[in-house]
Amino acid sequence: MEVTVNAENEEVWGGGNKPLNASYGKLMMWFFIVSDALTFTGFLVSYGFSRFKNINSWPIADEVFTHFPFLHGIDAPMYYVALMTFVLIFSSVTMVLAVDAGHHMQKSKVTFYMLLTIIGGAIFVGSQAWEWKNFIKGEYGALETRGGQILQFVDTTTGKRAAIQEFAIGVETDRATHQPSNGIWYQSETALPTVALAEVKKGFIEDENLVVRTQLLDENGQKTVLSRSESLAKVNEAVAVVEGANLVHNEYGNRLFADFFFFITGFHGFHVLSGVVINIIIFFNVILGTYEKRGHYEMVEKVGLYWHFVDLVWVFVFTFFYLV
Amino acid sequence: MAAEGHKLAIFRGLLKFKSNQQKIWGVLIFLSIVTTIEVALGIIKPESLMVSFLRMKILNWIFIILTIVKAYYIAWDFMHIRDERSGLKNSIVLPLLILIPYLAFILLIEADYIFEVMDSGFVSWNF
Repeated sequence: MEVTVNAENEEVWGGGNKPLNASYGKLMMWFFIVSDALTFTGFLVSYGFSRFKNINSWPIADEVFTHFPFLHGIDAPMYYVALMTFVLIFSSVTMVLAVDAGHHMQKSKVTFYMLLTIIGGAIFVGSQAWEWKNFIKGEYGALETRGGQILQFVDTTTGKRAAIQEFAIGVETDRATHQPSNGIWYQSETALPTVALAEVKKGFIEDENLVVRTQLLDENGQKTVLSRSESLAKVNEAVAVVEGANLVHNEYGNRLFADFFFFITGFHGFHVLSGVVINIIIFFNVILGTYEKRGHYEMVEKVGLYWHFVDLVWVFVFTFFYLV
Repeated sequence: MAAEGHKLAIFRGLLKFKSNQQKIWGVLIFLSIVTTIEVALGIIKPESLMVSFLRMKILNWIFIILTIVKAYYIAWDFMHIRDERSGLKNSIVLPLLILIPYLAFILLIEADYIFEVMDSGFVSWNF
């Protein structure tokens, strides 16, 4: 049994015992990590809940996250998030090397590895911002029906997705964005989509090669593509144009998909951001020699625990958002 | 935890490292290999793994198992759980090990039920 309480020690209750051989600060960090792990569990499990509830119509992640920097128009699913994963794992390694150097009281090494960790974290947060930008901007656009179903378009000649901005045909309209200054003063409207519903409908009717792709998955796990006549009927049911994603509408499919994307990766990104800030504070403390004077680098170990936890969470987010 | 108090063997003693730094690099290589396998499988999506097993594709089961393997090595070697006392180890790991599968189990079962109701009910959701 690993119990440290010394029977001969009269001062058992006088403090100073460490039955778990860990300092107060480290234990508190572990408490925080366990509770934060349960928070992320709550998020990810509710994502699973929504996904299982809509199991036959959930968006396919490979079709949503297809961008890679400098590769415009090339379909590159997964590569970018894989890169982000490697960046985060690597910054985790530099962190643990900093902790190890701290055990040996090597100030310059701790400084160097902390700096690398901060850079890695910053690259990760930046990558996530880029990912969000692409997700919010969208690529092909879609129509939404009254029931909130998303209708995407496929060009039958190529079998690829068709962008609404490309096939829409201009229709003369006076419709302008509603501003409180020139309309009803207590109402306002976000910017109108680049193409109007009537233009998309007109463009769709003119081009015989276009068909509608619905949210529903067939038995092979692919989205159902309707025939031309079914498509024409379906397009008439559309009530709105959707470009990109926000918390209410998204062109990728189920509305909950974008909500969970924003909440889970946003919550995780916020953790990374605060981790970077904390790392910077500790980094300056290391440079100033605070821990050299204190005689130990346990503070580095504590932020290290937090940093590894953030990496650990990303491993799960990566699996459940991008892989499964 | 003293600097020299690290346990330097991973894979149940199959692989022993000479120093803690070496172990860190070794774990990094292992995690990178696992991630590469995940990404490769995610891109190729082999037909043979698309078969359903226990109501989920085998590929997805592989992803989840590999994720847990990765999580284990991050926690055990990067967060030094391997070096902690069993009391601390258990009080960190056991609550998560019990609560997370429990929550996942009840919510996914419930979601599956709701899917059945919506799918076979008399209300149209597709309009």
